[in-house]
Amino acid sequence: MKTLEDLKKVREQALEQMKLREGKFSAKVVVAMGTCGIAAGAREVMAAILDELDKRGISDVAVTQTGCKGLCEQEPTVDIIKNGQSVTYGYVDADKARQIIAQHVVNGNVIGDWVVSAS
Amino acid sequence: MRELSMHILDLAQNSIAAGASRLEIEVAADTNADRLVISLQDNGRGMAPDFVSRVKDPFVTTRTTRRVGLGIPMFDAAARACDGRLAIQSSPGKGTYLAATFKLSHIDRAPLGDIASTIVTIIAVNPDLHLRYTQRVDDKAFIFDTDELKTQLDGVPLNEGPVLKWIGEYVKQGTSEETEIN
Ligand SMILES: Nc1ncnc2c1ncn2[C@@H]1O[C@H](COP(=O)(O)OP(=O)(O)O)[C@@H](O)[C@H]1O
Ligand SMILES: [Mg+2]
Repeated sequence: MKTLEDLKKVREQALEQMKLREGKFSAKVVVAMGTCGIAAGAREVMAAILDELDKRGISDVAVTQTGCKGLCEQEPTVDIIKNGQSVTYGYVDADKARQIIAQHVVNGNVIGDWVVSAS
Repeated sequence: MRELSMHILDLAQNSIAAGASRLEIEVAADTNADRLVISLQDNGRGMAPDFVSRVKDPFVTTRTTRRVGLGIPMFDAAARACDGRLAIQSSPGKGTYLAATFKLSHIDRAPLGDIASTIVTIIAVNPDLHLRYTQRVDDKAFIFDTDELKTQLDGVPLNEGPVLKWIGEYVKQGTSEETEIN
């Protein structure tokens, strides 16, 4: 049974993670949340990303959203911004999202086959 | 959309795009009246009256990346397909209220689906939004309010991993059993 009382412990856990990253983020993940993105499964992609980061104990990755970028055909899309480079992945699903976290965000290896644009 | 909770996520994006700092979402099932009502109230910039009267038309949008707006027309169509309707009230500078009705038992009504995931997603990317979510079945209600959390969290943002995980589990638990809506 979850109650608001649990939040004291949750707060301690969060503070611990915040201390570890010392205000520095190693990467940014941006999920497109326009209507077409949501209809194509962006919410499940977001859930998979949050879960994968949590499972791996990663707290120095920022997760944000953007609206429609005009890439409606290729939704769900996810941008990874790391080491000064921005890569957009298209046709992402929960499973691909987990692999993008493991390979690109954690190990820095871009998964070329899934990239729709890079800059 | 496969789930009504996906429409809710999409409509919440409209509120956020309109600069809302406060969003109240309610999903209420009345089993006697065989009716489901989904409403969203925000304090965003609102819409002018003539714009509101045209916004269910897909060719009305203020976005620039795509010439058609789809979110509201799709939600309107979903309600109408289930013997319901979408009502919109908005005042510029004050905010917007949307309420859609559905026949609860209608064969074409999409399930509410994963509302916990919709709420976690909204909060993950809008940690400063004051969000209140109410789910009712007849006289039973589950209420989730980010203000209550903020008091307990005392300065820790809502979008920290452990907090989001807890929110997901808390909402999932609260929206099951007596306030469950399928
Ligand atoms: N909650 C809201 N507050 C203010 N304006 C809104 C709101 N919801 C919708 N709008 C306006 O209506 C337009 C159409 O919305 P929608 O059908 O969701 O399409 P889209 O979001 O793709 O433009 C938006 O571009 C916006 O100008
Ligand atoms: Mg929209």
